[in-house]
Amino acid sequence: MVQPTIEETCLSTEQAITTYREGARITDVDSLVVEGLSVYYETEDGTVKAVDDVSFTLKQGERFALVGESGSGKTTLAMALMRLTRPPGHIARGSVTLNNRDLTTLTEDEMRQARLSELALVPQGAMNSLNPVMRIERQLTDGIVDHLADDESITKKELSQTARDLLTRVGLRPEVARLYPHELSGGMKQRVAMAIGISLRPSLIIADEPTSALDVVVQRQIMQTLGRLQEGLDASIMLVGHDMGLVAQFADTIGVMYAGKLVEVGPVEDVFGDPKHPYTKLLIQSLPSLQEKKDFVGIPGLPPLLIHLPQGCAFEDRCPSRFGKCTGAVPEKLSVGARRDVACFLYEGEGAS
Amino acid sequence: MTQTATTPDVSESGELSGGWGQFNVERLRPIKRYALRNPSLIVGLGLMFSLLLFVGIGHLVWDTEQYRVLSTPTRLPPSLNYEIETGKLAGQVKSYPFGTDTQGRDLLAVAIKGTPLTLRIGLIAGFVSIGLGTVAAFVAAYYRGWVDTGVRTVVDVGLAMPGLLILILVRINIGRELSVDEMGFALGLVGWVFPARTIRAQVLVMREQAYVQLSRLSGTSGMGIIFKEMLPNLIPYITASLVGAVAGAILASIGLEAIGLGKFGDPTLGMTIYWNIQFSSIILGMWWWWLPPLVAIVIVFLGLFLISSGLDEWSNPRLRKRV
Amino acid sequence: MTEQTQGIENTPNPVLSNVFRIISAVLSNFVVRRFFFFLFVVWLASTVIFIIPRLSGQDPVKEKLLLEAQRGGAIQQGLDEMAKHYQKRFGLDKPIWVQYGNFLSDLARFDLGTSIAFFPRKVNDIVFESLIWTLGLMGTVTVMAFTLGTLAGAVLGWPRRPGWVQYVFMPLLTLAAIPQYLLGMILIFIFAFKLGWLPLFGGYEPATLPNLSFDFVVDVLRHAILPAFAILFSVVGFWAIGMRGMMINAQGEDYMVQADAKGLKGARIFMRYAVRNALLPQVTGLALVLGTIITGQVLVERVFSYPGIGDILFQAIRLSDFFVIRGIVVIIIVGIAGATFLLDVLYPLIDPRIRVRN
Repeated sequence: MVQPTIEETCLSTEQAITTYREGARITDVDSLVVEGLSVYYETEDGTVKAVDDVSFTLKQGERFALVGESGSGKTTLAMALMRLTRPPGHIARGSVTLNNRDLTTLTEDEMRQARLSELALVPQGAMNSLNPVMRIERQLTDGIVDHLADDESITKKELSQTARDLLTRVGLRPEVARLYPHELSGGMKQRVAMAIGISLRPSLIIADEPTSALDVVVQRQIMQTLGRLQEGLDASIMLVGHDMGLVAQFADTIGVMYAGKLVEVGPVEDVFGDPKHPYTKLLIQSLPSLQEKKDFVGIPGLPPLLIHLPQGCAFEDRCPSRFGKCTGAVPEKLSVGARRDVACFLYEGEGAS
Repeated sequence: MTQTATTPDVSESGELSGGWGQFNVERLRPIKRYALRNPSLIVGLGLMFSLLLFVGIGHLVWDTEQYRVLSTPTRLPPSLNYEIETGKLAGQVKSYPFGTDTQGRDLLAVAIKGTPLTLRIGLIAGFVSIGLGTVAAFVAAYYRGWVDTGVRTVVDVGLAMPGLLILILVRINIGRELSVDEMGFALGLVGWVFPARTIRAQVLVMREQAYVQLSRLSGTSGMGIIFKEMLPNLIPYITASLVGAVAGAILASIGLEAIGLGKFGDPTLGMTIYWNIQFSSIILGMWWWWLPPLVAIVIVFLGLFLISSGLDEWSNPRLRKRV
Repeated sequence: MTEQTQGIENTPNPVLSNVFRIISAVLSNFVVRRFFFFLFVVWLASTVIFIIPRLSGQDPVKEKLLLEAQRGGAIQQGLDEMAKHYQKRFGLDKPIWVQYGNFLSDLARFDLGTSIAFFPRKVNDIVFESLIWTLGLMGTVTVMAFTLGTLAGAVLGWPRRPGWVQYVFMPLLTLAAIPQYLLGMILIFIFAFKLGWLPLFGGYEPATLPNLSFDFVVDVLRHAILPAFAILFSVVGFWAIGMRGMMINAQGEDYMVQADAKGLKGARIFMRYAVRNALLPQVTGLALVLGTIITGQVLVERVFSYPGIGDILFQAIRLSDFFVIRGIVVIIIVGIAGATFLLDVLYPLIDPRIRVRN
């Protein structure tokens, strides 16, 4: 495995635009298999199905983007993968298999061990995700320390060195280790968050809106760094967000969520070029284009309150292509091509479930 | 089938969204549910209410004039049928359910007459301090700049000086006793500093929030924003502060009275404590003298504490137990 | 480089500008600013204390003499002369500015004047003795209560606490609602009056002289138990509730989620992420309630007739000994301002966000 070189640091200037996707990166091995995952919240007014029967597969090295509006369930799903769902939410059904191990069956302590070492969450660094009263160095290394086996030990010097290595790997100067979070810019904090995420070489990196609240120049640098880090680890990335432009440039596969359900999944070029689900179509139509001048188009209406989901398809009341069947039942996932799924009655008959 | 608006326009978390809204019965349902989730609120209110009930009924059925000195024989333990042998009431059979003290007061009358006095001090002081504090907080936090620095310095200095001691000095130098209302006002004047500081912090946070910015952009005047947008959203916090202020004021007033700075004729809870200490009621074994005020004080503080605890979820959104 | 030297050459007085630079550097130092604030508060409080009696137009000495006269049944003749004599003695016949100057200079030399009621004892002596008792018992117990309360609150605010903790501490929390001196009265009744296990009042057996013998020390400790518990039970609950609230707040923060996501061990998350952050507002809270803590002690001492500052204050009030009252108030204010200053200066040690601004 080749050690990644430092292509850019905070101090260097912008390089030419590069595409991130390289086919050789993705292998045929299944990394993450999510099957029928459902996360429910029990409230006084009823059950909120924040995530309902979601299934998808990630190959090793793949970059999967999960998009959707606020409240679509994408963040809930990401947290559920890490088993960080807070009460009154709970994983009602389904399995999450990472490297042939079902995470939902692990004990609390086994799951704790798995976090960071097998799957890591990279949050929005610009937010409050770093402990304000701890130095960066300590925050980089305490995860390592808490994952040591009982018979293992590590010296302070080794930890310090590891911290510096990690910082360099994400493009920060080693001196950052002695600083506190409030002394860093948003972009720097995001990089620290990424450094923490890769510190134990996980197989899956979940990046939750890693570039919100950052300006576009920094955004690009961050995504480049993220891609580079991934390749160094042979890891898969799940990117959660709502920035379609970013997704188009970075991801291999895209999954669209609406009202807690996965309504469309497929390779990025296919989904963007030929969106199947009416919601996806409207989403892509609503993107401003540099090529042609067109009116801004939104999607009329509001997403449904998850507590009062209708009997049939959740998108039905806003769907321009709705027909009779849509109010009666919830559409199942249908395969409409190579690694391409849609949950919409329009395509019944085209493919098998 | 589209979703019809069958739910009231109260959002999922039960809060009243935006401005003042209009009052309708459907808003009561979330209140009832809130109360069930926070039983301490109910218990607290219940305690206070039963205290007030005791006082109210007492005023109607009992002769409260007997709170004065020399109304009764002295040092009587509680009894319901006491034959008075000597003195001006000789020959009568009187009932003293709370007994009497060393100076001839009917302690039940003292309790009935005195408890509302103490509560009144607390309420006056509470409202005055919260009122002044809120005004100061809004002025400072909204207008910022020199105004803010000035108010903040005054508050900092005020916090460094224990108001109670200043009150002691003032009282000593005024020479005469402070009436119930005067004490209430004085405590309020001295106590506005702490609420000013905490409320100012809240306003500062609110100021940066989206709906305030929007208001400013749409041209609403400063006063308009304060009253229409910020104030309604601060009511929970201010209410919780009010409960705390009342409790603090009652505590302070009892303290002042216990060291002899209250009005000697008033049967307030604090003055009763004063007399208890003066005459060493504990050593004399006159448990009926110190027990009722103690119980009353415990009820008041426990009640206020529970109310404030029950209001926590409302005034501090982070503690919301609902989704 | 040349610009700089030119600049210096052009200033009218290079020494003055250097002095100015030093002064602004010193003033911008956080510690120095807080110290000046401390002095300011002390000065302001002293001035207020000085002014208050003058406002009401009363003469403390004359009032005191009148009081004594009433009690003793003496006639009022000759009182005026006595008053004049005392006024001269206490320097009250001089113009107000001179009095003010004397007052401040006395204060600077830590001279709090002479007592009226216990003339000719100096206020300093009277107050100093009782200060030892107050700081010794009440001070230590308050510190203990804060520490225990904060620890208890931290554990109570943590969802993964051991089950038994709740049942042990909840009753304690209800005690927090009861004022200290009331709790004191209850304890006295139960343990001193009814059960007779512990002494009823005082700091030591009356009519014994303080000494360092073993018996005396034991005696002091016996007398200290009830007041200590009164403060402890009442105050621990208060701090515990506060800390618990802070812990709950802290747990809503993003870095807590991240700590979980990193797979950190529970103990580490508890201490270094939750407690460490919750401590900040808790300590701030301590600084804010210093005033109420002191006044609370005064009352507890009253209830127990404990020979501390509170007891002296009460006696002084009863005897209208104005100078002692004034002296005590000054000491208390200085104490609070000083403690606040210390806390302000030490706070950056625990909150790195404040450090940077120095």
